[in-house]
Amino acid sequence: MSWFKRSKKNISPDSVKLDIPGGQWEKCKNCGEIIHKKQLTQNLWICPKCDYHFRIGSDEYISILLDSGSFKETNKKIESADPLEFVDSKKYSDRLRSAKEKTGLKDAVKTGTGKIDGRKVSFACMDFRFIGGSMGSVVGEKIARAIALAYNQKIPLLIVSQSGGARMMEAAYSLMQMAKTSAQLGRLAEAKIPYISILTDPTTGGVTASYAMLGDFNIAEPNALIGFAGPRVIRETIGKDLPKGFQRSEFLLEHGFIDFIAHRKELKSKVSQLLGLID
Amino acid sequence: MARTILDFEKPIKELEKKIEEMRKLEDDLDIKKEIQQLEEKMNELKKSVYSNLTRWQRVQLARHPARPYTLDYIYLMTTDFIELHGDRNYRDDKAIVGGFAKLGDFKVMIIGHQKGRDTKSNIYRNFGMPNPEGYRKARRLMKLAEKFGKPVITLLDTPGAYPGLEAEQNGQAEAIARNLLTMSRLRVPIIVVIIGEGASGGALGIGIGDRILMLENTWYSVISPESCSSILWRSWDYKEQAAEALKLTAEDLKEQGIIDRIIPEPLGGAHKDYEQASSSLKQALIEELTELVKIKPEKLVENRLQKFGTMGVYVE
Repeated sequence: MSWFKRSKKNISPDSVKLDIPGGQWEKCKNCGEIIHKKQLTQNLWICPKCDYHFRIGSDEYISILLDSGSFKETNKKIESADPLEFVDSKKYSDRLRSAKEKTGLKDAVKTGTGKIDGRKVSFACMDFRFIGGSMGSVVGEKIARAIALAYNQKIPLLIVSQSGGARMMEAAYSLMQMAKTSAQLGRLAEAKIPYISILTDPTTGGVTASYAMLGDFNIAEPNALIGFAGPRVIRETIGKDLPKGFQRSEFLLEHGFIDFIAHRKELKSKVSQLLGLID
Repeated sequence: MARTILDFEKPIKELEKKIEEMRKLEDDLDIKKEIQQLEEKMNELKKSVYSNLTRWQRVQLARHPARPYTLDYIYLMTTDFIELHGDRNYRDDKAIVGGFAKLGDFKVMIIGHQKGRDTKSNIYRNFGMPNPEGYRKARRLMKLAEKFGKPVITLLDTPGAYPGLEAEQNGQAEAIARNLLTMSRLRVPIIVVIIGEGASGGALGIGIGDRILMLENTWYSVISPESCSSILWRSWDYKEQAAEALKLTAEDLKEQGIIDRIIPEPLGGAHKDYEQASSSLKQALIEELTELVKIKPEKLVENRLQKFGTMGVYVE
């Protein structure tokens, strides 16, 4: 017989077990709330209970940020060529194939033109679902072309970042995409064409250390993880736990690296307002 | 400083020891011929060992604790060097050094990562891992060079940008990103040389230029073999395989079209002969500078955009 008995009456169960039919429901990762997919979509993939911003992809951002039907995709056909025939525990070519099958995407970024309240912009949006939103030759090239398009057509540039960093399986080629995109941004800046960088959860590594941090305006979604090194690496390096909220949007705002945090529902209007103010 | 002998250097070291012992006996015994034979054997062994290095062995050579570092090259190659400190904002980062100097007839700004030789100096230099203020100091010095129309030379040798709490707080990513943009538009020639380890964004943060050179026994990639092993294989034990997969040697990068030129090192590595290593590098730098100073600033910047614009492989 045990000496102590824990009364479970006062503790609510960790998870609500529900019979969820047909994948029509999503569970909030933050508060556990069960939300119907339709409601979630209408609410721009934000939890109606706790305001948690679900991680979403390029198609969702296109629908949130651009005027309906205005998006015209460019450079759709660019695909990775696995130049190093990279093999780790898996073949890179197999990783690519399964990522394509799983997501229906060709790589981790979609680019094109679109309108924001009638104003034409060059637009790029990353997809974390595709190998962690990592940047290899394809992402670098498409981003560089999106910047060049903004330069050539003299229209504002908008990039939504969401990435674990550079793609290891393309080694030095991946690293050079940081150089390629930044060089294009240098020319764009000299031409005085505005660039708005939107940082979403997560934006880390080589993407943060190149175009994501180089906006004339850096805007973050609430509570997004944004940094150079990953939290695990930092914790292991310094041998200490990291402070609460470390590398989150609010932390970056406090330390001066983003202009403001925009709730997803006001993201488009803020971008539009900014573009109007500098026009 | 303790002398480090890498695994693949051991047979050479053993032969060297034997020859030395025999030389001591030379006066008493008639063994000249034997010594000569052994010396020939050693030279052949050296050539075969150093021309058949695996990628992981190159990485080990690139990290050899006796290798010349940035300040060694600066003292051996240049005259009149004046070190300039600080980012004018926060503090002076000891992991990046830089200043004006004379290289032959050229007046240049020379900047590089700086490692330490022993525990104390390594702590002082933070093992060659810069914080944001290091990249901002480098940027300040490059803007100075541009202002006074002097070419920039950067020497890369870092295990990576420092992954620390303060580094993140002070904007490590922003500091590196800003340098990439600034260097890509700088209106003076820039020559980049990888003299040891070229680890990821921490190296690239001072690594954009008109010519990218690599010393023979160095590596340059998006991640170190160890970290790559730990992420992709989920174990630290696959560093050799990771080094192979990353194709990170000077020869690999030349083939990939990422670097322009490989600078040969003395047999056995740059640490075997500082004079020879630095004079080869100096000669190459002077050759490249002679060409680059003829190009107009607008053209220089345009060429740089094109140069990095063609890097990468994809199908369309």
